[in-house]
Amino acid sequence: MYVIIGGGGKVGYYLARELLEGDHEILVIERSAPRAAEINDLLEGTVLQGDACEAAVLDGAGIARADLVAAVTGDDEDNLVICEIARYRGVPRVLARVNNPTNALLFQKRGIETTVSATEAILAQIEQELPVTSMVPVMQLHQGLELVEVRLSETSPVVGRTPREVLLPPESLIALIVDSGGVPRVPGADTTLTVGDALVVVTRAESKGMLQEALIGGAHGFDT
Amino acid sequence: MGCGRTGAAIAASLDGDGHQVTMLDINAGQFRRLPDAFGGLKAVGNGMDADVLERAGASEADAFVAVTQGDNRNYFASQLAHEVFGVKNVVCRVKDPERGEIFGHLGLQTYSPTSAGAEAILGMLSGSGPA
Repeated sequence: MYVIIGGGGKVGYYLARELLEGDHEILVIERSAPRAAEINDLLEGTVLQGDACEAAVLDGAGIARADLVAAVTGDDEDNLVICEIARYRGVPRVLARVNNPTNALLFQKRGIETTVSATEAILAQIEQELPVTSMVPVMQLHQGLELVEVRLSETSPVVGRTPREVLLPPESLIALIVDSGGVPRVPGADTTLTVGDALVVVTRAESKGMLQEALIGGAHGFDT
Repeated sequence: MGCGRTGAAIAASLDGDGHQVTMLDINAGQFRRLPDAFGGLKAVGNGMDADVLERAGASEADAFVAVTQGDNRNYFASQLAHEVFGVKNVVCRVKDPERGEIFGHLGLQTYSPTSAGAEAILGMLSGSGPA
């Protein structure tokens, strides 16, 4: 597989190093000349100095035959532009690092569905540690769908009901229930939602507010 | 978005013609370029932030113009206005002509001062006047 990596910062460098281990053909494009020279020595000469946001640079990198372009600079606008040009040149798979998690929506609207946000990932870890009712993002799925986890507390309006009686936002679905003992169950007609249950729910990004209201209640946030 | 010389001139002209204009810039000092008579709103903030665009009234806007110094910033903010806020008439300044041409195929109206300037100068050199 031929992989072009836009941005030779820490993320780009370690990504390239891992991919080289896996026998892939890679090319890192890094704008800063000193940085490009520095990592070129460490990455077996696979670094091109240039601006990956310029179509001419990407063409020179042989983008027409790339299987995947990963845009991992520290600037979301640069990552969007790299992905847009790559797709315009017909690259079958593009993915972007998103530094501001709220920007993921624009990438999705532009059809760039694979985005990775360290901020979001760390936030999810922190929120999983909090023993309170909250909605934790688990992962982004295709077509604007997301997987979230909601843990039910005493104040949840759905405790004591069956999954069918819960009014969910459009295109949302309780996929799995993990009870407080850690036992997973597929929701059925005879399932009663109980305090301590963790619900794994498929929803749309724009419906998360409504979902939170439906499962947790009106009061948002970490009310311990 | 972007209160440089170009942005300020566009805003002043639209305001003078009676349109409702909001000027957005990350640096309040840039608003000095607007004429004293400017009757529109001046908003300090980053136009690549959806919350900032929302507060600036992007969901009610008929048109959005991005003329900061950064091609990619202009593109990002323009697509945000277009895709997220549904603004129909979006103009994005892109200095790199090649990038501008590609962006033009991706749903935006783009303008390249580089190409336009080069054409005008070539026109003058050949004696046929500015393009």
